[in-house]
Amino acid sequence: MPTQGEYLGMPVAIDDLDQPNQEFYTHCGSGALHLQACAACDLLRYPTTTACPWCSAAAYRWRPVSGKGTVYSYCEVHHAIQPLFRPHLPYLILLVELDEQVGAPNQHDGLRVTSNLVTPAGELAPEPLVRSVGIGTRVRVVLHDIGGGMALPQWTVDEAAKQPERPWRYPQE
Amino acid sequence: MNADIDATASKHLRGKYAIVGVGETGYTRGSGTSTRALGTTAVRNAIEDAGLTTADVDGMLSYNGNDSVPSTAIAGDLGIRLNFYMDCQGGGSSTEALVGIAIGVIEAGLCKTVAIFRSMNGYSQVRIGGTGRSTGRSALSGDALFGRAFGQASAAQNFAPTFMRHMYEYGTTPEQVAHVKAIHSEHASNNPKAYYKQRVTVEDVLASRMICKPLHLLDCCVETDNGNCIIVTAMDRARDCRHPPAAILGVVGRCSKPRVDNYFQSGPISSVAGVYAKNILWPNAGVGPDDIQVTGAYDAFTFTTMLQLEDYGFCKKGEGGDYVSSGIMRLGNQRPNNTSGGHLCEGYTHGIAMVIENVRQLRHDIDDSCPLGADGRRQHTYDYSEGGCRQVQDAELTANLGWATPVTGSALVMARGA
Repeated sequence: MPTQGEYLGMPVAIDDLDQPNQEFYTHCGSGALHLQACAACDLLRYPTTTACPWCSAAAYRWRPVSGKGTVYSYCEVHHAIQPLFRPHLPYLILLVELDEQVGAPNQHDGLRVTSNLVTPAGELAPEPLVRSVGIGTRVRVVLHDIGGGMALPQWTVDEAAKQPERPWRYPQE
Repeated sequence: MNADIDATASKHLRGKYAIVGVGETGYTRGSGTSTRALGTTAVRNAIEDAGLTTADVDGMLSYNGNDSVPSTAIAGDLGIRLNFYMDCQGGGSSTEALVGIAIGVIEAGLCKTVAIFRSMNGYSQVRIGGTGRSTGRSALSGDALFGRAFGQASAAQNFAPTFMRHMYEYGTTPEQVAHVKAIHSEHASNNPKAYYKQRVTVEDVLASRMICKPLHLLDCCVETDNGNCIIVTAMDRARDCRHPPAAILGVVGRCSKPRVDNYFQSGPISSVAGVYAKNILWPNAGVGPDDIQVTGAYDAFTFTTMLQLEDYGFCKKGEGGDYVSSGIMRLGNQRPNNTSGGHLCEGYTHGIAMVIENVRQLRHDIDDSCPLGADGRRQHTYDYSEGGCRQVQDAELTANLGWATPVTGSALVMARGA
């Protein structure tokens, strides 16, 4: 039986044979974002893979990470392709660089985790919140329960963090 | 992660193969026919254009990133007996890669002449962007968990963080990039077969509705129905064909940056595959960007043209915004880009039509509205005003820069053959 859940009306079904994804979402469900850490070179990686992209070793451990990071880039969607996202326009897709492993293993590399901007309660962000976030905004992870013991990692503004005076936003606004 | 190759290797294949035939259907939104019929028409037209017969073609290659038709159907319909064929997965960047494969299989003795085609009802059947698709509720699993779950499903949504980061790092402006659409629309106005022939301005682009920042509607290409084909063969055979051959000087196929699985993880994401591909392309072709007279930089979006021209070295890194807004890409100026109007205006073909356009440029036989002479060839006026000429004067050397995603690209340098 696949591990099953639901998000925004979309069924989630992770096959038993897809262990890295089952484990990733189950760790999120247990309350903390974990990433695969290579058993050979110890580098973290994202998203889930079946071997280490940096040294090709297969073995890994799950390691909890802080779940904090900085918006590295973003896409602000005004025309939804997926009908289920239409009620939430405009919505933000954030590319967030985690605080762990910045500039490693190579100078411009980073652990860049994609997800939506949400409220602290896990709802897709309303327009005023969308307009307040840009490159440089400090965010923290919110784990949104999707059932089946799983959760989806999402991003919300880190209220406790020191924020940039003005995060970088697309200029034509 | 070492992705480098020895680009100083023997160049014994440079100029040994050529594109000898090009063909297409019209560009429509509603072809009213099957991808099989579109493909058959395109291949037949390309064979005829080359001055060959179906008996001369014994190899076939195609690609499909959404809908298409297999080589077996086309070959069967046209009565072609094949010595080699292969249909592969992929969209943009496939054309140039398949040109390289065609050279390889001919060189290996598998066949002698290869038809490469792409057939799609990209508007009326499978729309690549997914607009209107009813599968929004299908189960999230595998890769979809890291994309569609977050409302990141279309090419625009996937590429936007790359485009946005380029603006952030280099100060690239929406106005600069909008010039790509404006200039391509001028070119399309001189292309009777272009789907969108209406000229638009930078202001029109910026005033069009936002799809997903930083992409306005007019920063995005058109979706159309069409079939297109090119014919590749060895230069000794090419000299017997109807038109001057477009000699293949160098080709790069699906060259990729690290982390092709998830391109946001590695390096500055504001760079694209051209940073690697250029180190194969230029040494193998024996020319550099300064020598090129016409470019065909893939324009799925205005930004893709800019990023590729920059990373293949047509300008300094970070100066792509200046390059595309300088006017250099306009017909009549130093290095026109996508003289057909490209994917933004002519029609969307996953890159093959941009190769066809450059073949015709090298033949000095662009299909514009210039008057036909007594020899049946167009008497080009080089007056590039609306509705006029789009032949580049004395075109001898072209470059195609094909785009799959920011992480993968292909390229092709062609010269006017003797």
